[in-house]
Amino acid sequence: MTIDNRIELVPEPDELVFKDHIRTPMYDDAALFDAEMDRIFKKTWVWVAHESEIPDKGSFKLSQVGRDPVIVVRDRKGRIHVMINRCRHRAATVCEVKQGKTASFQCPYHGWGYGLDGSLRALPYPEQYGDDFDKAQHGLLKLRTESYAGMVFATFNEEVEPLVEFLGPVTKWIDLFMKQGAGYPVKAIGEHQFSVPMNWKIQLENTTDAYHFPVVHKSFLQSLDDETEEVFSFLEQGKGYVEDLGNGHSVMVMIPELVDLEDNLDAPIPERFQTLAQELRDEGHDDQQVRRIVRAVGGAGFNLNLFPNVSLSLAFFRVLTPVNVGCTDVRHIAIGMDGGPDAANRARLRLHEHFQGPMGFGSPDDAEVWERIQRGVQGGAELPILINRGLEDEQPGEAGPRGHISAETGMRAAYDMWKRMMQS
Amino acid sequence: MTDTRNDSLLWSAQAFIWAEADMLDRRDYEAWLALWRDDGFYTLPIGDTQDFDNALNLCHDDAHMRRERIKRFQQGFSISSAPPARTIRTLSRFVIEATEGDDVRVRCAEHLIEDKFGRQRIWAADLTYTLTVTPDGFKIRHKVARLLNSDGMLNSFSYLF
Ligand code: FES
Ligand SMILES: [Fe+2]
Repeated sequence: MTIDNRIELVPEPDELVFKDHIRTPMYDDAALFDAEMDRIFKKTWVWVAHESEIPDKGSFKLSQVGRDPVIVVRDRKGRIHVMINRCRHRAATVCEVKQGKTASFQCPYHGWGYGLDGSLRALPYPEQYGDDFDKAQHGLLKLRTESYAGMVFATFNEEVEPLVEFLGPVTKWIDLFMKQGAGYPVKAIGEHQFSVPMNWKIQLENTTDAYHFPVVHKSFLQSLDDETEEVFSFLEQGKGYVEDLGNGHSVMVMIPELVDLEDNLDAPIPERFQTLAQELRDEGHDDQQVRRIVRAVGGAGFNLNLFPNVSLSLAFFRVLTPVNVGCTDVRHIAIGMDGGPDAANRARLRLHEHFQGPMGFGSPDDAEVWERIQRGVQGGAELPILINRGLEDEQPGEAGPRGHISAETGMRAAYDMWKRMMQS
Repeated sequence: MTDTRNDSLLWSAQAFIWAEADMLDRRDYEAWLALWRDDGFYTLPIGDTQDFDNALNLCHDDAHMRRERIKRFQQGFSISSAPPARTIRTLSRFVIEATEGDDVRVRCAEHLIEDKFGRQRIWAADLTYTLTVTPDGFKIRHKVARLLNSDGMLNSFSYLF
């Protein structure tokens, strides 16, 4: 859909988002959802992959940009391409393998063949197309693609600012987050996928919402040893904060001591990592290296939420895909140290399983309360949904307004951007 | 098969696994915990992986994590398990894969229907058990529940497979 035939929205975006509250249609208006797919997901940078998911020449994975299924692929020169998974002849998907390695993509219907860069290479019996048929005009539809620190983003919008500008102050936080490689490259090592009957923005809001943590995740907290439970009681300790990083992005610092994983390497090794530390010593890592790896295994002390679809959350990547106004797919991608000690990566896998995914001690409770919101907005449509928590105490931070750790500053940041994009 | 020894092994393994399935549907988790060896693992893998320790699983529980998981179900602080979805499952197509020393490997098919919020969802899984014969009957050394769509888009689970 182009600007010219854009849908009339009733109500308009500025009647839905206010400084201190949003209105019910935000979660359950199907026409609004269609407009969001158009004005947000077709207009800005959308995360599609981590480079480690397509490590070699010819490696590819399937992904989504809003509702559009795409192929993310690395060509022979190592360049990454993102293209719509739709044959230019009569629209069949050219790939139905979720992840793999190939030399080309061949459409199964009439055999049109595409290169790793999406260009149309060959088609059976070309004679009937005549001389003016231009293969160069019939490559797979490609999106603009840029990466930062291994995070691959794509956009339909040729006019949008370069990715690093869109990220702005976020880049510093991504750099800090990637320190959990402990000197090894960060690598995706598996993912949990679950679908939740909720609007996508309910997930968008959650990553920098510390307020829910002690309530929703009480059963997770209770499954931890005392020392670790103390670390995760960041709301009571109140040392952290949430900051608006511009363009809808925000960061929630939960454990300030763990913001920079290369600091405080002399801090005592927590009890829960003693066995791992010993394993690493036995493998011949020196004391400094053991401390660095062990500290990295626990993850960073903050959640970074990027508008509109990805977050770097403590120790994993969270990706959301809007399906329809009341359904969102969520992926929790586990990350590890590429070429790092197996024992360290095993520890990270077990930590990921402990909280995340369909059988984690955390995610199912998140999914339940998110669904409760979607069920709740079926009643009392005239009531506001509050996003005013911590507004009183907000101070200027390094990049934007900074609020109490449990403030709804991150939601306000996301909805500012939402409004800006929906109105432009 | 006319081998009566194998027939009776198949029968007793089946009876044990059916009893376990009944415990899970009734959420008789204390009884379920007692079915295990201390060094046993309960695993829901993703995809076709066999190297569970070095792969991401949906869960890969040793005795400690099994107890914590059951505590979480029972203590009432986990909103997704208070109340949980209710389940009805059937197990069938039992095959004895191998016997080795005191261990028997059995596989079977599981169909499970869950109900919550007036909505039913259906799941299918291949179950593989390694059971140890002890004087007190079978004990579970390893149970692997591999969902048919384990590497696809799932929902969250407030029960066990
Ligand atoms: S639809 Fe792809 S070749 Fe015809
Ligand atoms: Fe949560």
